[in-house]
Amino acid sequence: MSLDQSSTDAVLSVRDLSVSFSTRQGVVQAVDGLAFDVGPKEVLGIVGESGSGKSVAMYSMLGLVRDANVTISGSVRFEGREILGLSDSEMQSVRGGQVGMIFQDPMTALTPVYTVGWQIVEQLRAHNEMTKKQAHERAVELLAEVGIPDPKSRVNHYPHEFSGGMRQRVVIAMALSCNPKLLIADEPTTALDVTTQAQILDLMGRLQATHGSSIVIITHDMGVIAEIAHRVVVMYAGRPAEIGPELAVVREPRHPYTWGLLGAVPRADLKTRRLVTIPGNAVSPLEVPVGCAFAPRCQYRMEICAERPPLRGAGDHLDACWLSDEQRLEIRSTATVRGEA
Amino acid sequence: MLRFISKRLASALLVMFTISVLVFLIFFATPGVDPAARIAGKSATPAVLRQVAKEFGLNRPLPIRYGLMMFHLFIKQDLTSYVNIGDRIIPQITAAAPITLSLIFGAVVIWLFVGISAGVVAAKNKGKFIDPLVMFFGITAISIPVFWLGEMVTIITQGGLHHTVFAWVPNGGYVSLTQNPWQWALHLFWPWVTLASLYAGIYARVLRGELINNMNEDYIRTARAKGLSERRILYRHALRCSMITIVSLFGLDVGVLVGGAALLTEVVFGLQGVGWLTYQGLQNLDLPLIMGCVMYGAFFVVLASAVVDVLYAYIDPRIRVVA
Amino acid sequence: MAALGVLIFMVIVTLLAPVYAHHFAHDNPFVPNLQGRIKIGSHFREVMQTNTTGLGVTPIGPTWNFSKYFLGADELGRDVFARVLYGGRVTLLIGFSSGLICITVATVLGMLAGYFGRATDWIISRLLDIIWAFPIYLLAISLSVILVTNGLDLGIIHIGAGSLLLPILIIASVYVPYVARPVRGIVFSLKERDFIHAAVASGASDWHILRKEILPNVMPSVIVFFPLMVALNILTESALSTLGIGVQPPEASWGTIINDGLQLLHTRPWVAIAPGVCIVIVCVALNIFGDGVRDAFDPRAKLRGSI
Repeated sequence: MSLDQSSTDAVLSVRDLSVSFSTRQGVVQAVDGLAFDVGPKEVLGIVGESGSGKSVAMYSMLGLVRDANVTISGSVRFEGREILGLSDSEMQSVRGGQVGMIFQDPMTALTPVYTVGWQIVEQLRAHNEMTKKQAHERAVELLAEVGIPDPKSRVNHYPHEFSGGMRQRVVIAMALSCNPKLLIADEPTTALDVTTQAQILDLMGRLQATHGSSIVIITHDMGVIAEIAHRVVVMYAGRPAEIGPELAVVREPRHPYTWGLLGAVPRADLKTRRLVTIPGNAVSPLEVPVGCAFAPRCQYRMEICAERPPLRGAGDHLDACWLSDEQRLEIRSTATVRGEA
Repeated sequence: MLRFISKRLASALLVMFTISVLVFLIFFATPGVDPAARIAGKSATPAVLRQVAKEFGLNRPLPIRYGLMMFHLFIKQDLTSYVNIGDRIIPQITAAAPITLSLIFGAVVIWLFVGISAGVVAAKNKGKFIDPLVMFFGITAISIPVFWLGEMVTIITQGGLHHTVFAWVPNGGYVSLTQNPWQWALHLFWPWVTLASLYAGIYARVLRGELINNMNEDYIRTARAKGLSERRILYRHALRCSMITIVSLFGLDVGVLVGGAALLTEVVFGLQGVGWLTYQGLQNLDLPLIMGCVMYGAFFVVLASAVVDVLYAYIDPRIRVVA
Repeated sequence: MAALGVLIFMVIVTLLAPVYAHHFAHDNPFVPNLQGRIKIGSHFREVMQTNTTGLGVTPIGPTWNFSKYFLGADELGRDVFARVLYGGRVTLLIGFSSGLICITVATVLGMLAGYFGRATDWIISRLLDIIWAFPIYLLAISLSVILVTNGLDLGIIHIGAGSLLLPILIIASVYVPYVARPVRGIVFSLKERDFIHAAVASGASDWHILRKEILPNVMPSVIVFFPLMVALNILTESALSTLGIGVQPPEASWGTIINDGLQLLHTRPWVAIAPGVCIVIVCVALNIFGDGVRDAFDPRAKLRGSI
């Protein structure tokens, strides 16, 4: 992936995305210089702590940030077309019709006073020329596809008559209803229990294969990334820390923050390891340091880290860190000796 | 659903019963007050006092007195006023009811239209100039005593401008709908506006608050992500969810009004509805009349409350599970 | 905040009513003044002037002269402006005291019902239901009819017929359910919170918990209610007084003055207009102030606050 120009076949191509809010306490830089591509049929995971800007980035791309004090800059190309700066009515045809979204909390995601069927039909008819009957039938099909039992009668049920996991399936059905090229999932499994989590991720993987859509999945859980993502973007303080294929990032992480994230994942196969925690607290968006955002918490920081590292690397595995490959190798070998890698 | 309705009805009856007991106690059992004198009115002769005592069993135990009162009120329906000797109460109330209903009907239409539109406009334009402006009018509307407003309206329409701008405003009174629809509306126009103002203010404020609340909910974000127009989101999703509160408020307000709470408006404009009747009773301390009106009023409030609860279950599907 | 200023202004002005009456107007606004004459400019004018139709007398209209009958006289020749000032004291007194009593009683009941639950809750809730089932005006009217003209005589409690305490208590009681219900709801949810569990676990007595843990958390919501209740109480008082069953003469309140003004509505409208305008101003100020208080306590509400 080259960051100089957008890929021509990428479904979504983001360059230099920055989002800031002007508040009474000052300017909050929520996203700073985010860049990535999502190819066709690809699953991209965006991972980071709370407050890393991952959700804000995706929402602002689609015009879902309604705050009057927001400033969004950069380039976001969806299927080659620049969508940042489109008017709200133009975005309305993109949202739902070509880009589907799934949100974190299924319990509150659906309007309580309409049946799920009605809500799916609403979306279908907003983007397609369909009669109510046709749309209704399609809604039943969609519910079956996501694994809702007895869809013919459940299509007339209200959201509160479904459990959390079932509701999330309905939300997924709704998001996929218009066969969008891109599906954005914001922490879709965080509010669910572990078993349901696995089911939902499994479902998403299958649907992605059948519908042929790309997925951007936002999460703070590296386990989810390992489960379903082809490529990963690691974000810290609104900035990209590391980008690359999932296997590469997980097997050979380059950024110290990624090391911390991976170290924090409990692993059953390694014996007697203390969970590594990243020292310090997540940086407040009001006080992002001038140089590398992670420097204050990084045990490998150097003098040059007072200058913001660019996002660069060989091939399609990039990182924003001043550490050279030799330095990394050395760190890794000493860590292995100490039993930490 | 049927179980829900019957349970609700049962508790409504219980409340009615309790109210009737309470009213009875207030009027007949307050310490230091002589019930016979209360019933007979201010200017009662000793003979009347004795008769009253006999008829209402004032020398008998409390529960029997209660029973007798209820008997006179509901069964025999011959509760008569002792101030206007011989005038039966029940027919007076039933004759006055249509007037009150006419007043409420028009006011309801106006206040729903104005209040809801104002609430929507204010919520849509939140933060811009028109929002605080509408809200200010709303606050003013609820701070004006309704009866005083009626007086002010009367002063303006019947005063100096009566012969020019407001020549069309009749000088109070009521014309029955069946008699002359145009005159009916004409006579009720200003009473409608006066009564509606208070409620329009309330509803505008409540709706604005609810709408803005609901627009911040997650399901609105989902609706946006579905690519729906802002207009559709506001009206079909946010408004629909906000109506739940409005409906329950509405039910109670109408119930109270039908029961005669608009009494001062009626008096100011010379409309002889149930409220006006209650007022007459108060002026003359005509106890049977007051009792009759209070029971009538309480009945409607309780009824309205029960209807609202049932309606609520219909509008908000979530409640049906609980019920 | 401007609203608060307006309120304070009104309170001060009414408190100064006697000062005005004695030093400026040199007359007693409670004593009928049917025969008096006043000096305006260089003329003398009768306070009660013979009607143009020859049918009785009409009091003098507004003179717009600050020291004499600023707003004219009422049907008994009394200075309207001075009476409005005095009436303001009564109305505001009733409004604030019944508001205070109402929220105090409601808070106590709400806390007891919410905290102790079960039987206590059942009894208190049924009591609230009954009071609430009565349409407010009907309850207030019923109680007032009986008590105001006769006074209350319950063994050791003697309250005279004309006492202001009666309207205050009646109006306060009628609105208690309005505040008690939400307080009860809040206490219910507070009860489940961890800090309460912690307090119980450390052996704190119920009384201590109520006082130190629950009460401070209930206070913000209760405080928000207060200005609103005062406004409602003022409106209710004026309605009752206009009906003749609120404040009784010789006391005057804005409601009673409106009542007085009804007879003079077409000839001397100011008698009825002035107290009404005052009520509107005070209630608008109270409502705006109440909104401000609510916004201050609930930062999320700032997003949806009105003015």
